[in-house]
Amino acid sequence: MSELTEEGVRNEVRAWLEANWDPDLGLIEWRNRLIDSGWGVPGWPKQWYGRDLAPALVPVVEEEMQRIGAIGVAKAGIRTLAAATILEHGTDLHKEKFLRRILTGEDTWCQLFSEPGSGSDVAGAVTRAEMRGNKWVVNGQKVWTTSAHHAHYGLLLARTDWDQVKHKGLSYFILDMHQPGVKVQPLKQMNGHASFNQVFFTDAEVQPEFLVANVGEGWAVTTTTLMHERRGADGLRAWAMGSDKQGRAYDEERAEIATVMEPYKWYPQRAGRVDLVLPRAKETGAIDDPVVRQEIAKVLIMSKAAEWTARRARAAQLQGRPQGPEGSLGKLVASHVARACARVHSQMTGAAALLSGEDSPMNGLIAEILVSVPAGSIAGGTDEIQRNIISERVLKMPKEPREDVDKPFRDVPRNIVS
Amino acid sequence: MKFSFSSEQEEFRTNLRRLFAERSPTKEVRRLMETEAGYDREAWRKLNAELGLTAIRIPEAYGGQGFGFGELCIVLEEMGRALVCAPCFSTAVLATGAILNAGKEAEKQALLPGIASGDTIATLAWVEDNGRWDAAGTALVATRSGDGYTLDGHKSFVLDGHTADLIVVLARTAKGLSLFTVAGEAAGLSRRALKTMDWTRKLARLEFKSVAANLLGDEGGAAGPFARTMIEAAICLANEMAGVAERLREDALAYAKLRVQFGRAIASFQSMKHKQADMLVDVELAKSAAYYAAAALDEGDNDVDAVASLAKAQASESCLQTAIHAIQIHGGIGFTWDNDTHLWFKRAKSSEMMLGDAHHHRELMMQRWVA
Repeated sequence: MSELTEEGVRNEVRAWLEANWDPDLGLIEWRNRLIDSGWGVPGWPKQWYGRDLAPALVPVVEEEMQRIGAIGVAKAGIRTLAAATILEHGTDLHKEKFLRRILTGEDTWCQLFSEPGSGSDVAGAVTRAEMRGNKWVVNGQKVWTTSAHHAHYGLLLARTDWDQVKHKGLSYFILDMHQPGVKVQPLKQMNGHASFNQVFFTDAEVQPEFLVANVGEGWAVTTTTLMHERRGADGLRAWAMGSDKQGRAYDEERAEIATVMEPYKWYPQRAGRVDLVLPRAKETGAIDDPVVRQEIAKVLIMSKAAEWTARRARAAQLQGRPQGPEGSLGKLVASHVARACARVHSQMTGAAALLSGEDSPMNGLIAEILVSVPAGSIAGGTDEIQRNIISERVLKMPKEPREDVDKPFRDVPRNIVS
Repeated sequence: MKFSFSSEQEEFRTNLRRLFAERSPTKEVRRLMETEAGYDREAWRKLNAELGLTAIRIPEAYGGQGFGFGELCIVLEEMGRALVCAPCFSTAVLATGAILNAGKEAEKQALLPGIASGDTIATLAWVEDNGRWDAAGTALVATRSGDGYTLDGHKSFVLDGHTADLIVVLARTAKGLSLFTVAGEAAGLSRRALKTMDWTRKLARLEFKSVAANLLGDEGGAAGPFARTMIEAAICLANEMAGVAERLREDALAYAKLRVQFGRAIASFQSMKHKQADMLVDVELAKSAAYYAAAALDEGDNDVDAVASLAKAQASESCLQTAIHAIQIHGGIGFTWDNDTHLWFKRAKSSEMMLGDAHHHRELMMQRWVA
């Protein structure tokens, strides 16, 4: 498809949108129409609702959608990771059964990877799946599970073989969350929100056809999901904003955001709200304080340089060149920016940083930034894990010696909690 | 092209990198930095003739090649990487910038071809003993005398000031800030090489006693052209610093992979790996800002003044931090004279301060961008 030009794509999608976009359609009806056209997920294969469009041209389609105000396929949340994983590793049955309903937004998903005993070390999972009779039976506990309380399906990483080495005893399943063996308990966070849950499995069941890839290949599939999670970290933020336009589809999208996106509503604050730094500096008068000005400048410089670094990575992709190291730094840099923002926000707020809620600036928004930023450098791979990834994969530095890879998993030391 | 280079530019960079590695090995850097001039005039003339380094951004009408800052900044980044000892920044960035920005047509015709050909080594003298990088610190006085002017006062921190053939001087007249050109060997001009911390960057102090000078541009009209020259210089230096920082990062990484302690390459320790990851972040942010700023100059962006300070502030922080880490990673050997790391460390340190440190440029950025 390399002969497709940016202008050609732009004209084609623009013409299609002008003929088909109608804000008074039902949200699901519109999305089905969009999915059938291939413009909903143009980067996907033609066989599965896409157009095989080069990744570099996909933003053109997004720009045109935004220009006309058209609503896209349901992109928010873990279901995007589910879709990407199923697309890469799923069977035709999985694709047939799940992909369209992910894109229409009818189904939501959650990711059942982390456990109380395995956070950064996801491959240390001890939730077990055993074949009993003709189905898989799951027992164990997951944690930090965003959206588990309303998810229809979960992406489950479970141990199927304890005699294998750590990474080879894992399998990957699609688990129906609406069944008696699954219990979900919300987990209250330090910022007062409860986006995460604990999920308990007591003889929960998975039909054999909902194993993804082969038994023992769960780690490779998990890696795919995690890669998309890191890549999409910024996307989640952008998609959490509803439009204020009139029309049935917009109304239904707002309702969707209010429910499905509810766990993510503090995510912009988690990123530090660099967009509020200058407005707040002017509002509070901090702009005239030479010391604070320096801190403000530091945040703005870092944020711009980070943005331009991401643009360099995208440009390399656009030109079909191998991406340099600049493509692997986004999440770590985002942590730095968020922390610098939190520092400057509190500097500008002064004593009022002691308060929260309606007693505090912007009805609690600034306070929410201050207590949400610590999540950014942990969720989706801690800063420390990011540094390991950068140093090992980009800089080719040797791995630390490990105690957990040369023996059957049952002999590997692990936490008591599980 | 703010976010990528053309394939021609990439090829140009590859060639420069190879040539500079050949012509400016560390042994040669060490030889030249021990000399008072700091460079070898003949070797520089030859290299410059071959590559057209000082001609790059001079328009073809004045004997140059007519490329933009994009190309010039590639040259500077690669010179920073190889720590090439040459009067390039003084000639091709500072003096050329001042002449192009301030000069009248006849002046450009007279002055630029010599610079483009490599015959003229030139510099810009604006800072005085007060160490101010802006025009407000200028006290040197020019007075009208007959057809020309005479200069009285001093300049300091003049890059290659003791060896330049042509010196562009910022001075005050009754009409305000003005630029002048002075011959390096002019009567009444005494030049003294300063003892510098970074031996690869030579600075001089100049005393002017009734030195005959030619006006460059309009009398009293230098404020704008000078400010523009400083913006260009900040961006060029930020790009040079990107090269310095990347070299420091790469050398420290290579050393960490070789050095064995406790039975393992030290590169296998997380403390080293995390430091290296942070260094990569620092260097890439500096590169992104420097590349963006160079393109902003070529594309004529309105906010290029703010972007210049952004890039210089980022480069100042990133480059020095990378140098500090690089010494640390080398350990004791990194603190020795024989190990090469200190050469780049000192360049990082002197570049951090030259044209104003990060603090200075953050404030400039705020004034230019915000209020």
